[in-house]
Amino acid sequence: MLGAGIAIGLGAIGPGIGEGIAASKALEAIGRNPEASGKIVPLMFVSMAIAESTAIYALVISLIILFG
Amino acid sequence: MELNISLAPDILFYIGSLPVTNTLIGSFVISAVIIAAMLLVKKRLKKDTPGKFQNLVEFLMSGAYDFVVSIIGSEKKAKKIFPLAFTLFIFILVANLATFIPGQAAVTFNRGGESVAIFRAVMADYGMVFVMTMITVILVQIVAIAVHGPFGYMGKFFNFKSPLSFFLGLMDIVGELAKIVSLSFRLFGNIFAGEVLGAVMLFLAPFLVPLPFMFLGLLSAVVQAFVFAVLTVVFVKLASEIEEEELVEEASM
Repeated sequence: MLGAGIAIGLGAIGPGIGEGIAASKALEAIGRNPEASGKIVPLMFVSMAIAESTAIYALVISLIILFG
Repeated sequence: MELNISLAPDILFYIGSLPVTNTLIGSFVISAVIIAAMLLVKKRLKKDTPGKFQNLVEFLMSGAYDFVVSIIGSEKKAKKIFPLAFTLFIFILVANLATFIPGQAAVTFNRGGESVAIFRAVMADYGMVFVMTMITVILVQIVAIAVHGPFGYMGKFFNFKSPLSFFLGLMDIVGELAKIVSLSFRLFGNIFAGEVLGAVMLFLAPFLVPLPFMFLGLLSAVVQAFVFAVLTVVFVKLASEIEEEELVEEASM
């Protein structure tokens, strides 16, 4: 159970930082060019989903430890 | 009342020696619904005054087709990969959204004394996600062989020009295996974690508190379907790209 906690705890650090950077760049781009926000926002979501991947891998490992 | 979460789907009954799980039943029901809806659209197809549902389907399909053409670059390639990519998207989308239909978790089946839910999120079954990932990955390998030829395909991995290229070629093999793991775990992890989170939240604080988690689950359901389909298109594009060196070789031959 400790392993599950450590897995998800360490695994969520990187993507948290990464998604924050992605969101801040997207908001900066919208700030420069508000009319392009319709194109920027969906791409931001897609990039966040892909950046979230490593957190999800850690989550799957911790769920396997807990419930497998 | 205890929390009942399991990684593997529950087996409802056996047909011969084939275990029928609740995700299998769910996937059949979803396929039947999608096929029935599309057959209905086809039967009532009108060119001049389309009905509302036909309008919606055409809007979705043409938007998705333009998007795929914008990613993959050429219309010829897009026509080949669009059916698979769009089918994956619609199937995963409907499968994920079906978990938000109210009341579907309450339909249970009495198996030997304990009640087991008949429907479970289809993508929360790793077997299902793994099969879809293998379809994509094997398709990508076939595209690579078709475009580069079998020796070109093997040459990408076993590149004897220099020790560095040889090492990078071996790393490409690892990269292909990593694609399988990453593509399948992304979809499976998101959906399964959504289910677990929903179950735990309903167990701890059943009123109002699960709502934000369910909104997140709804968002991730749509986004993950989209990401899976888009990554399929991107991998096929990467495999079908002819690099500059090969073009020069072909021109000089």
